[in-house]
Amino acid sequence: MITFDGVSKVFPDGTVAVDDLHLELPTGKITVFVGPSGCGKTTSLRMINRMVEPTSGEILIDGVPVTTQDEALLRRGIGYVIQHAGLFPHRTIVENIGTVQRLTGVGRKAARATAIDLLRRVGLSESLADKYPVQLSGGQQQRVGVARALAADPPVMLMDEPFSAVDPIVREGLQAEFLRLQAELGKTIAFVTHDIDEAIKLGDMVAVFREGGHLAQFGSPQELLEKPANDFVADFVGRDRGFRSLSFDSADELVIDSVASVSTGGEILVLDDAGRPVGWAGPGLGDTSAPIPHGGTFTRGDSLRLVTDLAISSPVGIAVQVDVDGAAVGVIRHTSLVRQLDERRRRRAEPTA
Amino acid sequence: MIVRLATDTPYLLDPENWTDSAVTSIPELIGTHLLYTALALVIAAAIAIPVGLFIGHTGRLAFVAINAGNVGRSLPTLGLISFLVVLIGGGLFPALIALVILAIPPILTSTYAGLRAVDPAAVDAARGMGMRELQTVFTVEVPMALPLMMSGLRNAALQVVATATVAAYVGLGGLGRLLVDGLALNQYDRVVAGAVLVAALAILIDLLAELLQRVVVSPGVSGRAVTRRARVAHPSPLTEVSSGTAA
Ligand SMILES: Nc1ncnc2c1ncn2[C@@H]1O[C@H](COP(=O)(O)OP(=O)(O)OP(=O)(O)O)[C@@H](O)[C@H]1O
Ligand SMILES: [Mg+2]
Repeated sequence: MITFDGVSKVFPDGTVAVDDLHLELPTGKITVFVGPSGCGKTTSLRMINRMVEPTSGEILIDGVPVTTQDEALLRRGIGYVIQHAGLFPHRTIVENIGTVQRLTGVGRKAARATAIDLLRRVGLSESLADKYPVQLSGGQQQRVGVARALAADPPVMLMDEPFSAVDPIVREGLQAEFLRLQAELGKTIAFVTHDIDEAIKLGDMVAVFREGGHLAQFGSPQELLEKPANDFVADFVGRDRGFRSLSFDSADELVIDSVASVSTGGEILVLDDAGRPVGWAGPGLGDTSAPIPHGGTFTRGDSLRLVTDLAISSPVGIAVQVDVDGAAVGVIRHTSLVRQLDERRRRRAEPTA
Repeated sequence: MIVRLATDTPYLLDPENWTDSAVTSIPELIGTHLLYTALALVIAAAIAIPVGLFIGHTGRLAFVAINAGNVGRSLPTLGLISFLVVLIGGGLFPALIALVILAIPPILTSTYAGLRAVDPAAVDAARGMGMRELQTVFTVEVPMALPLMMSGLRNAALQVVATATVAAYVGLGGLGRLLVDGLALNQYDRVVAGAVLVAALAILIDLLAELLQRVVVSPGVSGRAVTRRARVAHPSPLTEVSSGTAA
């Protein structure tokens, strides 16, 4: 656990970067620092590994104040992913990844073996091992930055906008890999981003910062979306937060209609021999021999958000549920879905009302 | 000293001047010249590199490094030597000191400039990984500053190798002897021999420095890795994502 106990940072020029921050980052979880530019996210992160010293207050890792530890040794024990990767241009990829291990006295061969293993884990080809950073794309460099922070297997990781310099498609890939890795490794992670979507997607807990280094709200992504503490947070999490909060609920409690019920509207759900949906046919749609694509299906365990999206984007306003073999088992119309979402909202409001 | 009559063979090509066992034989003069040059460079580097590293790393006393370059360019070496001879007498020392003073500015300025040019993100990363100050300087800043540092050393070497001829004016050896003696004896082919040999030595030293630079500067910094990149087919972002999510 990382504890911020009344931490403030005022830079010599008088800038208040962080103002009386109280925060607890749970062990083994991802805590995201999010907020607009200049609100003190990086400064807060860098106070954990003493790259910045607080003006007042204290930071403790598992109850031990970081200031009681030797700076260099403390940092070797904390993985640090620097914004825009920050790789050493004069060192090869494996040398970059092995930096901390070499500092702690691990031999060249052992460090190389770990580095090559890590290359694979972050989804890079072993053939990059002896290349230099200039020979890699931005996305590849950021993966190497993550691998370098992981190499000494530190229990705590600090990640400063690690996926910011890549295009949205590559970023989604990196985020997915990151979550997969974290499920395996269970590190205590402080993760900085200015992208609220990334925060919601990756964070177990999210700290929303606002200008002047104030903490606007600290809570789970669902809490932020459903109960923003103030207008700033509501505004920051965005207009479609209601829709996004549906990602946290499973669609399993929805009342699903039978596949046969679709015929009442005149649409025909075309199935193949195994009962798998092929597409839609009927008046104004395709012929049964050339149905128009259904655009996607959902199964048990999928989120309300996915089902809602399918229903809205379906050519006939109907989302199709399939079983594990892909055979159609039920449908839900968007009209029925909206009614059920409304009931859900009322049910939720009751206990607090 | 024997006064020669003008012969048909120019001084430089006369085998006798190469095989002569006297201290004025050409190989002997080259050896002495190189010795002065090397001594001056080593001493200058031993002073200028640490100072340049300190100033470049800490950012303190930067005016020293910046002004050193201007002072160095404006000092007349011959005047300096004469002054030092008056001050501390003859021998190797005055000449060596003058050459060292000549070599310090380019090395100091380029070391400082090299360190200043290092990407601050890399230095920040080094600290963030848990490197101590000296580890940061020697394993991150110096390797990244090497191209500039090397060019400073090359400049210093060229200046020293050309200027080491002044040693002859205070009675020492080196290729300057050919110039001084040639002028004194009105043997212009001897003067030409001196000039040609100094120029040849300068070219040779520059070539060696170039080779050395190739060996010591990381391909990731020198840009040689980039040209290699063009020859290696690098994966498109799309294959990158799929290989990533499949792993
Ligand atoms: N070394 C410094 N000296 C003076 N002011 C600084 C220094 N570092 C940061 N600041 C200021 O402190 C405030 C917080 O900076 P910080 O880098 O923590 O912001 P951030 O939330 O990480 O922003 P971004 O999203 O742009 O990275 C800013 O106003 C910044 O200008
Ligand atoms: Mg920042």
